[in-house]
Amino acid sequence: MTNPDTPRRAGRLRRAFAGLRLPLHDPLAIAGLAIYAAFIVIAIFAPQIATHDPTEILFTDDFQLAADLRPGEDGYIMGTTTLGRDVFSQLVWGSRSALVIGLTAAFMVALIGSIVGVVAGYFGGWTDTLLMRLADVAFGIPFLPFVIVLAAFLEPSIWNVVIAMALILWRDTGRVIRSQTLTLRTRAYVEAARISGSSDVKIILRHIVPNVLPLSFLYGSIAIGWAILTEASISFLGFGDPTSISWGYMLQDAYASQALSKRSYYWFVPPGLCIILIVSAGFFISRGYEKILFPKLDR
Amino acid sequence: MKAITAIGSRLLQTLFVLWAVVTILFLMFRLMPGNPMAAYIDPNFTPEQQDALMARFGLDRPLWEQYFIYLGNLLQGDLGESFFYRTPVTERILALLPNTLILTFSSLIVAYAFGILAGSYLAWKRGSRVEQVAVPVVLTTRAMPEFWLGMILLAVFSFTLGWFPAGGTRPPGAEYDGYWALYTSRDFLVHLTLPVLTLAIYSQGLPLLLMRSNMLDVMKEDFVTMARIKGLSPFTVVIRHAARNALLPVTTSFAIAVGYQIQGNVVVETVFSWPGLGRELVRAVSASDYPLAQGAFLMIAVVVILMNLIADLLYALLDPRVTRE
Repeated sequence: MTNPDTPRRAGRLRRAFAGLRLPLHDPLAIAGLAIYAAFIVIAIFAPQIATHDPTEILFTDDFQLAADLRPGEDGYIMGTTTLGRDVFSQLVWGSRSALVIGLTAAFMVALIGSIVGVVAGYFGGWTDTLLMRLADVAFGIPFLPFVIVLAAFLEPSIWNVVIAMALILWRDTGRVIRSQTLTLRTRAYVEAARISGSSDVKIILRHIVPNVLPLSFLYGSIAIGWAILTEASISFLGFGDPTSISWGYMLQDAYASQALSKRSYYWFVPPGLCIILIVSAGFFISRGYEKILFPKLDR
Repeated sequence: MKAITAIGSRLLQTLFVLWAVVTILFLMFRLMPGNPMAAYIDPNFTPEQQDALMARFGLDRPLWEQYFIYLGNLLQGDLGESFFYRTPVTERILALLPNTLILTFSSLIVAYAFGILAGSYLAWKRGSRVEQVAVPVVLTTRAMPEFWLGMILLAVFSFTLGWFPAGGTRPPGAEYDGYWALYTSRDFLVHLTLPVLTLAIYSQGLPLLLMRSNMLDVMKEDFVTMARIKGLSPFTVVIRHAARNALLPVTTSFAIAVGYQIQGNVVVETVFSWPGLGRELVRAVSASDYPLAQGAFLMIAVVVILMNLIADLLYALLDPRVTRE
């Protein structure tokens, strides 16, 4: 009954997994990964976990608007909003937009930053000058104001944050990966590959990229948090996508509906806690990558 | 001589970045969807007013000519007229700048004082229980949305306990003789407390973690070992010898932090209805008051660029090795 394919597939899976270089030796990083796993499960099964449609306006049994109900009242786990929507269901669905925005933005930032850094560092010369002056300019643009203006000019969409991050936030990753590439370029094995006639593309893919990858992951795992925080800020300021439920949208809704003076803590505390959990999970994972990269720095 | 060329090229770079940001801003506001004139002309103006503004900003000319008129106006400090207030944008922005700067600097001073002390303490207590708990806690404060922290502080200290006002810079109807009287009044300080606390809690993580890791580096150096061998008390070793040398990179990070803070102020100023540049930017963008939005954006960008420059210059000044290389 043994399937000859299974071990090979498992091997491939394990290799793909190893390619991610997950920091599995650091307790804080493992905690971060566990938090991510939990949120991913919640996001996937959001329709099953949520008790209501997050945008549905709910009514009580005697046909009154189910507004500002406290947790537990009428069976709403975390109460309802001023417009009679279920807080718990919004919280569950919010994990979807957070993960989608966080992961795509982080991927874009890490990808663009790594390409810019490797190209600038490896080729040097005017390519390097051009790309690094571009990075200088990106450092001169105030990020949040830039996202606000961009979001106001484009159609409201959750992708505005991703676009803005791809346009601006590659700068940090790019600079760091450039200096890493500069030192890698002078290593003996790169020199040897060049002398033996390997093409630039081959040297970059074989010898440079695998060595800068943990740095890309480090900056990527920080960028997830940045993206989620930025989306929350943008939604809070009213430039978000009104059709998608996010934690930032919930906070804006609560703030605008006077939840603060009504002391509806059950409404605006949970979304903030979710953001903190998922963003700090990213920080914890990034510290795990730091320990892989700079073992001497082990603190 | 080398130091002078290094500083000179850094200044040139700053000018280049300023020019690039100004150009990007021009393109963003001219090429946006909709009426390209919208950046300067309020549709509610009378035809004569519209014509006068068209001529002033050269909106009837080709784009490249408009660009040079825009640059020329900028150099004279002319950012156009706010649609909403019907006053020059420059005037409005310069009136709001002090509020933003006061908020930024007071919160950063609190954050740095706390961060430097707590960072040295944690480096001293390295490997202890306190340290193991404190580092993740500090990382968590960096993960908070600033506006959410502001909301919590408002809900607790203003709406539940009633200790602090809910926003603004002064009680409704209060008048003061000039800015100085306002900024030194007790009312102003009371209004300032919660926003400063919000920003300070968020910002203390950077100086704290930086101070801690610098301290750990410095404590390994020979002169610290020497001080220990001499039998100096641990307090003297940590404060007089290690902390003084670990402070340098923290000092330069202050300038960078001002630049970051002024961008992040946008949300906190909105939560606390604090009349600063950030809140003005948000309001101007929502109200399609493009000249004002452009002006506020530019002012924030100028602060960010200047602070990046100051950080680099400070770094070169305080650590001569940087320029000598």
